[in-house]
Amino acid sequence: MQSKLLQRVPLRRILRWAIFVAVICLIPVIFGGNQYHMYVATLTCVYIITIMGLNLTVGYTGQISLGHAAFMGIGAYTVALLTLNGYSFWLAIPLGAIFTFVTGLLLGLPSLRVKHHYLALVTLGFGTVVYLILANEYEITGGFSGLPGIGRPSFFGLDLSSDIAFYFLVAGFLIVLTVVMLWILNSRWGRAFKAIRENDMRAEMVGVSLLTYKLLAFAIGAAYAGIAGGLLAPLMKFVDPTSFPAHESFWFLIMLIIGGSGRFEGAFIGAIVVMLLPEFLRGTQQLFFVIFSAITLLLLIFWPAGLAGLSDIFFRKILKRDPPQLTK
Amino acid sequence: MFIQLTVSGIAIGAIYALVAIGFTLLWQASRTVNFAQGDFITVSAVFMYMLMCMGVPLIWALLATVVLSAVMLGYIVKRGIIQPLMDRSHTTVIVATIALSFLASNSIGVFWSSQCKAFPRVFGMTPIRLGSIVLSRQHVWTIAISIILILAINLFIQKTKPGKAMQAVAQNRDAAKVLGINISSVTTMVFVINAILVAFVAMLIAPVYMLRYDMGATLGLKAFYAATIGGFNQIRGALLGGFLVGLIETFSSAYLSTEYREFFVLAVLIAVILIRKEGLLGTEER
Repeated sequence: MQSKLLQRVPLRRILRWAIFVAVICLIPVIFGGNQYHMYVATLTCVYIITIMGLNLTVGYTGQISLGHAAFMGIGAYTVALLTLNGYSFWLAIPLGAIFTFVTGLLLGLPSLRVKHHYLALVTLGFGTVVYLILANEYEITGGFSGLPGIGRPSFFGLDLSSDIAFYFLVAGFLIVLTVVMLWILNSRWGRAFKAIRENDMRAEMVGVSLLTYKLLAFAIGAAYAGIAGGLLAPLMKFVDPTSFPAHESFWFLIMLIIGGSGRFEGAFIGAIVVMLLPEFLRGTQQLFFVIFSAITLLLLIFWPAGLAGLSDIFFRKILKRDPPQLTK
Repeated sequence: MFIQLTVSGIAIGAIYALVAIGFTLLWQASRTVNFAQGDFITVSAVFMYMLMCMGVPLIWALLATVVLSAVMLGYIVKRGIIQPLMDRSHTTVIVATIALSFLASNSIGVFWSSQCKAFPRVFGMTPIRLGSIVLSRQHVWTIAISIILILAINLFIQKTKPGKAMQAVAQNRDAAKVLGINISSVTTMVFVINAILVAFVAMLIAPVYMLRYDMGATLGLKAFYAATIGGFNQIRGALLGGFLVGLIETFSSAYLSTEYREFFVLAVLIAVILIRKEGLLGTEER
């Protein structure tokens, strides 16, 4: 009986990964013919990476970051400036990740020492300052005219400049970062993060260093946004400050709440729904801001688990079994 | 030049101080932060603008805005949105106010206008001359009205029964609860007071800024900085912080750099948090 149980668990996990990879591979088969569809699909993957990082900070550790758009901007400009000056993409993207990670540490250190809402305040101000620097230091960043002509990378001689090939590159990053995130969440760190969210005083009592783990969660979340930004630059082949305004971070938070904050699938569901729904329903971006922020308020009041919580109902009521646990 | 800059710094600082007092009162009553406060100012300003466009005189437009703001942005927001989230985590309430801020500003953009509109110069254009010093009428009125409002709030807190209940909650929540003070209704009262303040601030700020759907966002952020710099749990902290932020902003943009004035305020904020985490006049919280 016990051995049977042990055999079942890995099979299910393999199946889940197989479905995940299959969906990623099927998208270019279905939409490959249309350049715009591939662009939206790639963009969605980029946003999933950002929201996954935000989920670590907000959903798993209970800190509010309103600077994720700025971190994305830092990552994007790092990759843009380095590749335009002849350095390899494969050098630029880890540098962008390290740079955003360190920025996260420096920003988190003063604000996480104090009350829980200070991080939100400082990151919001940071977002404004990054936007100002990108817009005003035009000798380096090109100001509002931005930096055009960012090339797409190649992978050991394999040219990734076509839309489909570049999609696979971004999807590859998504898979690797998903594995890393699951590994983090199932490690000692992950348990410490969740302990802080549930009750930080109790977590401190059992010996979790609050400042260290809050900082780590915030800085890793920032690095995810940095990598996403680094992928965004070659996707659009162009960066400018208006792609990273401070209010974009509000939008990320809304994506996360709609998907399900603190649920692993939340980042995926939130990014996909919020990115794709406006593609089907025509309307101005601002109208969708209104609709989605209203939905967010309703979800917070009546259904805090977000859309990811709906899958629980599906499993319990229709399949009559417990929903799968992606993290311990 | 120096005197003019000081007066204009104090005038904008007085506005930050008024909004910062709102943050302080709310923090003392309920340990929450309303990130939508700035956008509430925009909502009030738009409503007042619409009334004035219909030819309603300023004083009546202001009164109607005060009433509407108190009911909609004070009572209904507290009862309908904040109340159900109160017993969940701090994070949830803050995220809700962030969503509310996004909803308020973008609704104005979609349903009213996303263009800039010039709010009428309600205080007149002709400057006041005192010898060689030329003062803007707008600044003088702003400072005068702010002083009256700040005195009124202080009087309310110190002399009336509901004001004393607010003080009791601020000093010791548990003891206040034991003594029969309903913390939830004190919080509702603070929301209504803030909403009234917001209506006045809208009248003071709208002629200076252009009326636009995202007008309030920066204002709210600056006031939030002010409350944090001065000390989040002290009204006099909010006052000091407000004037400091106003002066830093005015002088740094005049003498150092206009583009980076946001940066100087943020730098001061981070320095204050690092040196004295309660803020300049704040006290340690249990």
